[in-house]
Amino acid sequence: MISGVSIYEILTVSTIIFFIGVYGFVTRKNLIAMLMSIELILNSAALNFVVINKYLFPEHLGGAIFSIFIIAVAAAETALALAIIINLYRLIMSLKTDDTETMKF
Amino acid sequence: MERIIFYIISVLMIVFAVMAVSNRNIMRSIVYLLFVLIGIAGIYFMIEFYFLGAVQLTVYAGGIIVLYINSVMLVEKINTPLPSVVWWRKLLAASLSIFGIVLTLFAIWSYNFVKIAESQTKDTSINDVGRALLNYGDRGFVLPFEVISILLLAAMVGAIVIAKTNKPQENNELK
Amino acid sequence: MDFTYTVLIPLIPLFMFLFLGLNYKRIKEPISGYIGTGGLLLTALISFYTAFQYFFNYGKVDGVYQKIYAYNTVWINFTETLHIDMGIMLDPISAVMLIVVPLISLMVHLYSIGYMHKEPGFTRFYAYLSLFTFSMLGLVLATNLFQTYIFWELVGVSSYLLIGYYFEKPSAILAAKKAFIVTRFADFGFLIGILIISYVAKTFDFKILTNLDFINNLKMQAGMFMGLSVVTVALILIFIGGAGKSAMFPLHIWLPDAMEGPTPVSALIHAATMVVAGVFLVARLFPMFYFFDDGFALHIVAWVGAFTTLFAAIIAITQYDIKRVLAFSTMSQIGYMMLALGVSGYGGQEGLGFMAGMFHLFTHAMFKALLFLGAGAIIHAVHSNYMQDMGGLRKHLPITHITFLIAALAISGIPPFAGFFSKDDILAAAFEHNFPVFIIGYIVAGMTAFYMFRLYFRIFWWNNPEYKHKPHEAPATMTIALIILALMTIGSGFIPFSDFVSPDNIPFNSHIDWNLAGASIGIGLFGIIAAWIFYKKEKDLSQRFRFAFGNVYKWAYNKFYIDEIYFFITKTIIFKYISAPFAWFDKQVVDGTMNGVGNGTVWISSRIKRLQSGKVQDYAMFFISGVLFIIMIIWLSVNY
Repeated sequence: MISGVSIYEILTVSTIIFFIGVYGFVTRKNLIAMLMSIELILNSAALNFVVINKYLFPEHLGGAIFSIFIIAVAAAETALALAIIINLYRLIMSLKTDDTETMKF
Repeated sequence: MERIIFYIISVLMIVFAVMAVSNRNIMRSIVYLLFVLIGIAGIYFMIEFYFLGAVQLTVYAGGIIVLYINSVMLVEKINTPLPSVVWWRKLLAASLSIFGIVLTLFAIWSYNFVKIAESQTKDTSINDVGRALLNYGDRGFVLPFEVISILLLAAMVGAIVIAKTNKPQENNELK
Repeated sequence: MDFTYTVLIPLIPLFMFLFLGLNYKRIKEPISGYIGTGGLLLTALISFYTAFQYFFNYGKVDGVYQKIYAYNTVWINFTETLHIDMGIMLDPISAVMLIVVPLISLMVHLYSIGYMHKEPGFTRFYAYLSLFTFSMLGLVLATNLFQTYIFWELVGVSSYLLIGYYFEKPSAILAAKKAFIVTRFADFGFLIGILIISYVAKTFDFKILTNLDFINNLKMQAGMFMGLSVVTVALILIFIGGAGKSAMFPLHIWLPDAMEGPTPVSALIHAATMVVAGVFLVARLFPMFYFFDDGFALHIVAWVGAFTTLFAAIIAITQYDIKRVLAFSTMSQIGYMMLALGVSGYGGQEGLGFMAGMFHLFTHAMFKALLFLGAGAIIHAVHSNYMQDMGGLRKHLPITHITFLIAALAISGIPPFAGFFSKDDILAAAFEHNFPVFIIGYIVAGMTAFYMFRLYFRIFWWNNPEYKHKPHEAPATMTIALIILALMTIGSGFIPFSDFVSPDNIPFNSHIDWNLAGASIGIGLFGIIAAWIFYKKEKDLSQRFRFAFGNVYKWAYNKFYIDEIYFFITKTIIFKYISAPFAWFDKQVVDGTMNGVGNGTVWISSRIKRLQSGKVQDYAMFFISGVLFIIMIIWLSVNY
């Protein structure tokens, strides 16, 4: 627990980072950059888990351990997503999201 | 003192996060992201989850960022600027984000969290984390732990299978 | 006597139709003719036997001819009394028709073997003929009004098929369509009449409908409509149906065009059998016609018949197409029959008109079929329908010449040929009951003789044109039919018809009133002599008369522009000023609404589908907007 810092302030920071991630996810035109925005979102969520664990339920470790899981899942996700992106790049020689809209109607 | 450090870290994280999502050089974006991740690790350290902070530094800041840099270098020239985005789309996304921030902050600040005295908190050692992870009793996480291990294995296999080079003729067909 | 076997009479032709129709490709030319003719011979023999048994052995009980239900089965049951049956009824007029229809049909079948030689679709022709014979027999043997209507329409269909037999010829298709539409239009009146009758009388059954006690009851019960009993209205509507089939003015326009069909078809359908269905229908419901509103409907029948007979006779004088002359002559003679029914009374000697109408139907069937078949033989020889292309054919076609002459004499009312007796009875009946109608009938008798002998002299005398192909007598199948019909034409007049047919089914004695007969023979001879003067040798006397009459001739030659009037009414008035606005409304407003709904959906969808851009980011944006919106609503609703 950080002395002098309330849970509100930390949650505020994580919220802001979360929505910056959302902004990035919506605006970036590059698949890797989009993935990076997802990392931001995941990190703010993990931070929330940890902070709430620490400030409200210090007697268990659920939040902290969940953060570890989030980090593990994020690592797996990143590895897979980058593999897909690289494969896609081999196919269409591009990482622009505009070139990957065949899912359209 | 801790409070000032926290504020400095927070402001830096927000600034770097904004730069990470707005910079048009992908390499720089990744570096800014790295700073954000380190900042988060810093917060973990400040709230005394040392193991978590260490994991954050090694896996995220160490592993995943390197993975990003590698893949960027595999697929594109580093100097290639990211494609630009039309202004109205940025505006739309920004207003949406700001609206989300405002809404969430309203919700957070109007909620009355049950505060705990600082004296009640206790330090968390790596020992505790390890016991919690491998404990199958109450408040034990052995099942998610195993599931995550399988997930990681599957992701590893999947990543290899997906990224494996196809035979050239198949490649042509798909083009 | 059990008459159940009579179901075979209509069923054999039906079977022939199915057999020939289904094996249309397999059965080749002469075989199908022999099969059809053989089947019909069987039918005819059974029919003649039945008629003989009915008239001489089993039909008469206590001096009254009974209506015998040889076979009757309930087909559709509505109520206790109202049901549609299928069955076979024997009574004097259906027995008479049992002689006429199979006999003429048999002759036509026989004749067509020669006439239709090497026509494409020979088997089809015989299949259609069988279908027609089946329908016509079903019609005349019907036990109830609705069965009559069903077979009435079937007859119309077979007529349509046979007129349109040369379906690669546009004029034939148009004629078939015209015949079908005009008669169908008239049948609409028939159907409404049937529905009214079924509503008022609660039965379709002929036995009940023509029962005098029942009619008296119905008179009390039936409501009034425009000063007439509703039954009278229904009868007039039924007569409209009959007038459509029987080519009464003004629904006659289809009959001249129907001559586009093969000539044997004209002989069978458009001269002898189908076109008299209207007469048969009126005769069938005669007690109703006579008793309701003092025979108001019957007066309409008489005057329509009288007008048509005069009208058609005038046109017949001016026509050059020999089949059209015969067609108008048929119209005229059917008008005569209608006239006869119209002037008839009920009971004993009063029923002379009824008897005369049926008698004329019988004799007319013989000599008119003979005339048509003779015309067919002539057309077969000359390859033309127009009398300008003919002349002097008596040397080339001796048998046709003699038989044609017999038929012409018969229709002109010269004794001892059949037409004389029936026509004389008609004139006698008209003389007693309705003098103006008698005058018309008398004049028409003379005109009939004139135009028939105009035809005869123009074809067989006149001049001797150069023929490209020397005309030669028709093959034996055709001449045999001609000779049989000629014999019938000579002999059938001597049948004491009043012993068999009368309105109340009680035989009575009729005798020839020689004063009247002398007058009628006189005007017939006058017509023949006039024709002889005008047409025996080629000369311009007729041309001069034509110019003398001027416009009258022109109008008559153009059939009094009735077709044009119909065209004007339908095309100019109905299509242009009524149907076209409706069509516009239908296309623009009704269809427009429907299409508008469709197009609107398509348009909106094409706009909406742009949301499906395929970009995950867009979806994410929508998703996040939605989530935030919902969170906001929940948050607001919880806190305020």
